[in-house]
Amino acid sequence: MRAKHVESYSERLERVVLHPLFHTRRGYYFFVLFLLAVVAWGFYAYYNQVRYGLTVTGMGDVVMYGFYIVNFVFFIGISYAGALVSAILRLTKAGWRTPITRIAELIAVGGLTDGAIQPIIDLGRPDRVWHIFAYGRFQSPLLWDIIAIITYLVGSFIYLYLPLIPDFALIRDRLGQGGSSFKRRFYTLFALGWRNGVEQRQRLEKAIGIMAILIIPLAVSVHTVVAFIFSTTLRPGWNSTIYGIYFVIGAVFSGTAVLLIAIAIFRKIYHLEEYITEKHFRNLGYLLLVLLLTYFYLTFTEYLTIGYKLEAGEKELLQLVVLGKNAPWFWLFFISSIVVPAVLIIFSRRKTIPLVVTASVLVVIGMWLKRFIIVVPTLQVPLMPFEFGTYTPTWVEISIGAATLAGFVLMFTLAAKFIPSISMWEVTSESGGEPPAGEGRAK
Amino acid sequence: MPGKNLSRRDFIKWSAGAVGFLAVGFSPLMSLLSRVKASDSASQTMPDEKRRAWCMVIDLKKCDGCVTIGTTPQCTEACIAAHFVPRGQQWIQVYQVELPGGGSYFMPTPCFQCENAPCVNVCPVAATYQNKDGIVLIDHRRCIGCRLCMAACPYQRRFFNWGAPELPPEAAFAEYSPLYPVPAVKGTVIKCMFCAHLLPHGKLPFCVSGCPMKALYMGDLNEDIASNGAEVVQLSKFLGENDAYRYKEELGTQPRVWYLPGHGQTFGRKADDPRTFKPATWQWGTERRRPEIFP
Repeated sequence: MRAKHVESYSERLERVVLHPLFHTRRGYYFFVLFLLAVVAWGFYAYYNQVRYGLTVTGMGDVVMYGFYIVNFVFFIGISYAGALVSAILRLTKAGWRTPITRIAELIAVGGLTDGAIQPIIDLGRPDRVWHIFAYGRFQSPLLWDIIAIITYLVGSFIYLYLPLIPDFALIRDRLGQGGSSFKRRFYTLFALGWRNGVEQRQRLEKAIGIMAILIIPLAVSVHTVVAFIFSTTLRPGWNSTIYGIYFVIGAVFSGTAVLLIAIAIFRKIYHLEEYITEKHFRNLGYLLLVLLLTYFYLTFTEYLTIGYKLEAGEKELLQLVVLGKNAPWFWLFFISSIVVPAVLIIFSRRKTIPLVVTASVLVVIGMWLKRFIIVVPTLQVPLMPFEFGTYTPTWVEISIGAATLAGFVLMFTLAAKFIPSISMWEVTSESGGEPPAGEGRAK
Repeated sequence: MPGKNLSRRDFIKWSAGAVGFLAVGFSPLMSLLSRVKASDSASQTMPDEKRRAWCMVIDLKKCDGCVTIGTTPQCTEACIAAHFVPRGQQWIQVYQVELPGGGSYFMPTPCFQCENAPCVNVCPVAATYQNKDGIVLIDHRRCIGCRLCMAACPYQRRFFNWGAPELPPEAAFAEYSPLYPVPAVKGTVIKCMFCAHLLPHGKLPFCVSGCPMKALYMGDLNEDIASNGAEVVQLSKFLGENDAYRYKEELGTQPRVWYLPGHGQTFGRKADDPRTFKPATWQWGTERRRPEIFP
């Protein structure tokens, strides 16, 4: 019999996870300020673009898409982390996923919002965006995109929010008389009167179950129709039947890599070592390897089939990508996204976390380059005799791209202060109130 | 048995629902199919007005890129002057194309006004459309500037007003219409529209009347007739006898511009003629500038 109170598993979970919601270090504010500055700079760049028109970008009549569309594909791709982890792993009953679902869904919502605004930034007439709703034509792949992205965004928000309800209720109850009245009102409002009753719980579980199934076709549809924007044109490279699945796999691939980076950062900063364990990195690392090999297979198929035939336009594209102007980016993608990460993950038995996270960073960089390789070189291929396209991004495009990335990070940074980064009630019920055998690490 | 009755009723209900769902789901496809058909049965939809099917024939035997007269391409120049075309855009552009045995020929390229136009298919707001005479037009009051049509065009015949167009002052007096898109609108796509504002008045497009070699013919597929301003030809016979072809026919876009092969031989230009092509010029506008970080 010990006199000292021994902290139970759920109590410790609560203490660790809720700590960042009530304690903020000074460095945090500096970081937020820095991110806000980058975003503000992006707004200044966009102000320039609205004032002078798209002439401030590096795009031209031949290469009429650039960084914005690259970032569009990239950020929409990242959002797949949410669909993958929260939905697929839930349906396959992979219990280990529970502590990372919240972060995955945050990535989904953040990536989608960031991605969805890119085509609007790219518009020549942003003042006429409402025309899409007033005069929208269902024949246009762009309309498919808008419908799919909005649906997936709403779905992702719901899927992020549903498991938050019990956690918000818990915070509401813990706040008691402490905390500002704004905080109390916020959590009371969004806890929707959750009392943790049996019926409430059943309904919530059911709703989450339905969303888990719904979110998968939604996610697949989104990147498929993003691919259709390209593959419904008669351009070399884009004129391809493989693009739908190629984009979907590429999205899950880069999404998983971003998820690995995000959980590593959250784990480190908010001391979640007990919940986000080496096992997560190992499992997600292997998943990343499988996706990497699939993506390599699809890339190989794509280039072999066009390279074998060397049809006029495709030949010029292939030369541009593999040997010509864009070859450095292509081979950098190949090394950074395929070769090195594969080696790192295969030999990651010891030092799992650093190696897998390094591989993920390389994958994300390489996959951005791959999106550049998909969008820009195809447009550089001359469709008419003797017209070679050039594209050099200007400071406006780079600034807006940087602001987009900063906005993505900022969203996480802010969310970490009012959303528990781990779904506490799910982790507790998963472990039955006790740490799972062999996984917990006593503090 | 009530159970059986119920299941039959359910069956009917569900199949009706499924048919309804499929009908709703496929109705956009049906409208696509019917739109393609509409262009064939011309007279039914427009009983009062004569329906045209405007097309162009470009005789490359007569096109010498204006090198034998030592000027810039006169079709492009006429087009620029008449439409106040912003600097850098060549709605009708003359390309110099290499011949397999050495030498070159000249190829003027207006918008091909494709019957199966990829640009019209992808426009999200119906800002680009085909009028009843088969000309692909753009409504610059509706265009949102997404440039998907430019990506879709396999002939690079569309241009974008990247900034506020720099035009001569007289352009401001023009009355805008999709048939005569002057003055150009910032942030929208623009292109050749076969001078759709002149055709109903029996006038030839500016490039056709501006060509000193009379290499361009404007025609009507329905009337089976074409003219370059100097002579009138029977279109079908003219195309057949001169081995007419359409550019990138294999894409299935069904362009309404035909080429008659040649390299300007009618005016004595040899394929390996050393005289060089002079690019078109503008009286207005400046080279595209990009602002510094602190403009």
